[in-house]
Amino acid sequence: MNEHPSMDSLLWEYIDGHLSAAERSTVENLIANDKEWKQKYEDLLQFSVSLGEDISLEEPSLRFNRNVMEEIMRHHIAPATGSYINKKIIFGIGGFFLLLIVGFLVYAFGQINWTIADSGTRIPFKVEDLHLERIFNNTYINIFILVNIVLALVLLDRYLAHQKKQWKKQG
Amino acid sequence: MQIGISDNDIIRLVRRGEQSAYAELVKKYQGFVFTIVLRYLPVREDAEEVAQDVFVKAYRSLGDFRGDSKFSTWLYTITTTTCITFLRKKKLEVHSLDNEKVLAQAENLDSGMAANLVEQKSRSAMVNKAIAMLSPDDAQVITLFYKGEQSLEEIAQIMGQEPNNIKVRLFRARQRLKEKMEKHFASEVRDLAS
Repeated sequence: MNEHPSMDSLLWEYIDGHLSAAERSTVENLIANDKEWKQKYEDLLQFSVSLGEDISLEEPSLRFNRNVMEEIMRHHIAPATGSYINKKIIFGIGGFFLLLIVGFLVYAFGQINWTIADSGTRIPFKVEDLHLERIFNNTYINIFILVNIVLALVLLDRYLAHQKKQWKKQG
Repeated sequence: MQIGISDNDIIRLVRRGEQSAYAELVKKYQGFVFTIVLRYLPVREDAEEVAQDVFVKAYRSLGDFRGDSKFSTWLYTITTTTCITFLRKKKLEVHSLDNEKVLAQAENLDSGMAANLVEQKSRSAMVNKAIAMLSPDDAQVITLFYKGEQSLEEIAQIMGQEPNNIKVRLFRARQRLKEKMEKHFASEVRDLAS
């Protein structure tokens, strides 16, 4: 497809002005002293100028502007996202999930009998001894999940109450 | 009305409730937006519908425009995402149109170039026809770089890619475009040069 990809890419970067001063100077020397480089440069430059001049923009129908304006009459500018997203709520939700993960890990590690381990390379427990169904059926885990759900509902309630206050203020 | 007023000033007016000022932004950018949409959706009716949707979305989201980037960059980002969403909804093929059959498709494009290519023999018509043969992404990169006055970094932001990827894509897109022109319009180019 292209016999001189590096020559082409260097020349394009030179034409676009993306080369450092040292690289620019090298390319300028090559253009000045090498016929092949000079010819290629002139060819690409002409092509680039042609693209700048010859690419034309398409225009929509004459009614386009009026259609858009009629359409936006039915809309309002939405408030900026930052004005209605409460960062405390985001952090609260993040903390809730973090707590859930940490709680699960603490419990899971608490179930492991570390005294069995006798070598650094062996897993300190038998995989077949790890009954996940027992962990998830455990009353403590169920209580833990329940507490977290209650916490989530409390957070949601506080968030909605906060929003209600804001709307009342604005109203 | 409001000649020489900057985009940010217009946006300030619109935010203050002067909705009619938005018409200035529409007038200024409708050609750019419509052209970019046409790169993805070659049917003019679809493209016009999506372009209108872009301006409505931009209007509704003006509250989120912080002015960190140019308004045009922000608008073209909305344009790109709206096109992609539209294509997903319509389940149209987004794959490259980079094949021989596309020449026939390009001939059928009612792209506003009223005159026949052979009759018109204008370089501009050839360039635009050749661009229509590229993949939507290649055509978009070239359009944004040469007509949209967007830097590589800004194009990267619009297309959700790294600037280095855009640099490579621009290089390849220009190579492909050059090849298309040499392959399909060689005689016309020679006629024009002579």
